Amino acid sequence: MTDTPPLIDEAAPPKDAVPAAAFGIRGQTQFGDIRRRFFRNKLAVIGLTMVGLVFLLAVFAPLVAPDDPQAQNLSLTARPPSAAHWFGTDELGRDQLSRVIYGSRIAIVVGLASIVLALVLGVILGSIAGYRGGKADSVIMRTADAFFAFPLLIGAILIILVTGRGVVPVILSIGIFTWAVPARLLRSSILSVREAEYVEAARSLGASKWRIVTRHVLPNSLAPVLVYGMVSVGTAIVAETALSFLGVGVKPNVADWGNMISAGRAFFGFKDYLWEIPSLAVVFTVLGFVFVGDGLRDALDPRLR
Amino acid sequence: MTPAGPEPLVSVEDLRVEFHTDAGVVKAVDGVSWSISPGETLGIVGESGSGKSVSAMALMGLIQQPPGKVTGKILFRGRDLLVASEDELRSLRGRDVSMIFQDPLTALNPVYKVGHQVAEVIQAHEKIGRIPARKRAVDLLVEVGIPNARIRADEYPHQFSGGMRQRAMIAMALALDPALLLADEPTTALDVTVQAQIMSLLSKLQEERGTAIVLITHDLGVVAGHADRVLVMYAGKVAEAAGADALFHAPRHPYTLGLLTSLARLDRRRTERLRPIPGQPPSLIRVPPGCPFHPRCPFATDICSKEMPPLTGGAAHIAACHHQDRVAEARAAAIEV
Amino acid sequence: MALLEVTDLVKHFPVTRGIIMRHQIGTVKAVDGVSFSVDRGETLALVGESGCGKSTTARAVLRLIEPTSGSVRFEGEELTEASTERLRELRREMQIVFQDPYASLNPRMPVRTILTEPFKIHGLDPGDRVAELLSLVGLAPEHQGRYPHEFSGGQRQRVGIARAIALDPKLVVCDEPVSALDVSIQAQVLNLLEDIQDRLGLAYLFIAHDLSVVRHIADRVAVMYLGAIVEEAATDDLFEAPSHPYTQALISAVPVPDPRKERQRTPILLAGDVPSPLDPPSGCRFRTRCPKFALDLSPDERQRCIDEPPALIDRGTGHPAACHYAETVAVL
Repeated sequence: MTDTPPLIDEAAPPKDAVPAAAFGIRGQTQFGDIRRRFFRNKLAVIGLTMVGLVFLLAVFAPLVAPDDPQAQNLSLTARPPSAAHWFGTDELGRDQLSRVIYGSRIAIVVGLASIVLALVLGVILGSIAGYRGGKADSVIMRTADAFFAFPLLIGAILIILVTGRGVVPVILSIGIFTWAVPARLLRSSILSVREAEYVEAARSLGASKWRIVTRHVLPNSLAPVLVYGMVSVGTAIVAETALSFLGVGVKPNVADWGNMISAGRAFFGFKDYLWEIPSLAVVFTVLGFVFVGDGLRDALDPRLR
Repeated sequence: MTPAGPEPLVSVEDLRVEFHTDAGVVKAVDGVSWSISPGETLGIVGESGSGKSVSAMALMGLIQQPPGKVTGKILFRGRDLLVASEDELRSLRGRDVSMIFQDPLTALNPVYKVGHQVAEVIQAHEKIGRIPARKRAVDLLVEVGIPNARIRADEYPHQFSGGMRQRAMIAMALALDPALLLADEPTTALDVTVQAQIMSLLSKLQEERGTAIVLITHDLGVVAGHADRVLVMYAGKVAEAAGADALFHAPRHPYTLGLLTSLARLDRRRTERLRPIPGQPPSLIRVPPGCPFHPRCPFATDICSKEMPPLTGGAAHIAACHHQDRVAEARAAAIEV
Repeated sequence: MALLEVTDLVKHFPVTRGIIMRHQIGTVKAVDGVSFSVDRGETLALVGESGCGKSTTARAVLRLIEPTSGSVRFEGEELTEASTERLRELRREMQIVFQDPYASLNPRMPVRTILTEPFKIHGLDPGDRVAELLSLVGLAPEHQGRYPHEFSGGQRQRVGIARAIALDPKLVVCDEPVSALDVSIQAQVLNLLEDIQDRLGLAYLFIAHDLSVVRHIADRVAVMYLGAIVEEAATDDLFEAPSHPYTQALISAVPVPDPRKERQRTPILLAGDVPSPLDPPSGCRFRTRCPKFALDLSPDERQRCIDEPPALIDRGTGHPAACHYAETVAVL
């Protein structure tokens, strides 16, 4: 019987004796696997296309939009969709199509920026709470609870009443009232990763706290937060639309879906296209983000399904 | 392989269990046959991925189909369990066949009191009232060696230690005096002194009640101490089956021989080096062709990679190997096993 | 001078209640006054069942957990007083191999990164050490770009060993290094550990609950129960002539893969379960389960066990045992 030779792998990389989700084996997958699973998911791919479309519209708005979204034409007010104006005109004669296209800019910018803000705040505070523990943890989590309890829209309105309307106040207020969720998610992720043996191994090698957090704890804890982030962009867009609809969002007259729906209220019942079209735009965009978010979650951890 | 003696209690014939996963087809059990007589202890030995636990679960009808697929025959007192209805199986479980697991918390529900759970098993099969069922439950807890049983019957599983939970699980399993007990790694998670207590308890109960026990484990020591016959599984197939003495002292399959000679021994002074089996157990998705053990086998030749060796050897001792003669030679030449 | 000298090591964990205002309601005395030493190149095994404190001891020795009190001297230097900087330097000399090959490697790091990390942490240049280390532990150097999940359990454990020896330590704590592995793989890894020990002149503090493995690999063995060492001896002495009742019960409880021998053995069965380290028995901690206490001793003798904790000294049996009435009994 041979002694232990240098054990070279056989030709095929040996997986564990019992692989596959049906046997409940853990095994972190890597990017290739994640990508493969994502693109196998039809809904996720559809969502990605939808989001991609909206994104392109936002970026190339000046090139794509037929007219200046602010150009008024008082002789052509509230015309239904026609060859000249595919989505019709609004109450000031502005081309709806162009306004919808330019509206995507606000949606994307506010959606992404507010969630990025929420994630940054949430990750920083969640990391401190999760990794330091103790008093810092209690203080941060109790604060997060307070923000949780406070309804997003009401909080946002309060802020905007103080700061005035505009894109930046909207981003700030949505971000401020959303950070609590990723903070909590990250904290629980960190709490479980913190006790992992590979973290202890890093400590035994003499790694500094900073190194442990950035190279070991965070990379393994961020996944749920990123998924949440992707899905929440949809929520943020809805929030922005709602704020603008209520008249406490972006400045009036800016080409924004919420503004458009609000203006369309006056014509409810007889010129419904005025509010239907921007509403569809919102639904379309939000659904896209939701599909991508779901697909991302399934791809990262197929056992969750 | 059929033992000489009374009509077997359970006869498993060509059992196959497959799972269709997104990584391929996993043949967890690939044509396994064995039988057990009333009152005897059959040890099924194997490492992870050998299929030993899956075959026990198939016996209890615990394999979800799909994604699993179970074929073959499992005859319990002549009745094929694989074609039995869910109702028939339900009446069988607990009363004629029961199972204990590695983790007692699999069987013990954390939100119900222990005594209640034992009584529940009894009431599921017999028409008796709450009070008499409870009395029997307490008696059972006494029998399995739980001190202050009457008080402890009103406690919850988390208030019991590991060894006590195992005893409680045994009480539940033997409440209705089943003819067969499947014990799936019953002591793997326990400390060795507790393991000794539990195995001793099982032996005692077996003697008193004549229960047949299928003891599934990877621990060859436990098997040596408690099994009458032993079945060795590798990659979902039977490698060797024999009486305990024959298996340990005159193994015929290279895997069995390899396992036995690679073990560190408690009862021997230190030898220079251990003699391990090279390589690792195969992935069940990519089982090597021919004999699944051949990549790791020191006696392998060409034929071993092409043809799966049949089980040969006679009624009492069978092995699936093309080169059993070489194994016998190696045994004779090597240090005493 | 011994490489590692541990004296009266204590680790207590406070048990607290309450969320806002925490107050202590008890102490878990995980390690309660443990002393031992390890010489260069030798293997000392710490054995015991769950809750005996062996893992906690190992981690306290490395200061992965802060000891409550006691002394740990490495090459004469007092570790418990070392500054953070000095401790980091010393970590190059004392390393650890973990039990769980699935949990001890960062799943998002390729093996190459896992093995270069020790160097990076200490500001050293890894050079070709990664390839060298992989060969040393029996893995293919070409596979250094792979992730842990692409390896089997035994191979991951080899990576863990490679990581532990990367910086050429003098002492390696092995915390149940083969318990989580399949039986047919255990022997491979044990051989590897021995090879490396010979090649690099390492000392091992080997934590295990599997006595067969311990008999094979250890030079000396210390048996722990509820936070204290109850017996310590050279390996063959311990197994052939144990003198503490717990050691005797422990050894007799381990089954041997030999049906003929097993038929002739009857394990010494202990009463009940291991008591909680929150509230260990007075005097001799083992008395609540001790067969000698229950069956052989007179009431006066028993009183001594209740009142007086037995010291770990040689009582005429050739090696230290913490039992007032220690006597050698062969259980194999």
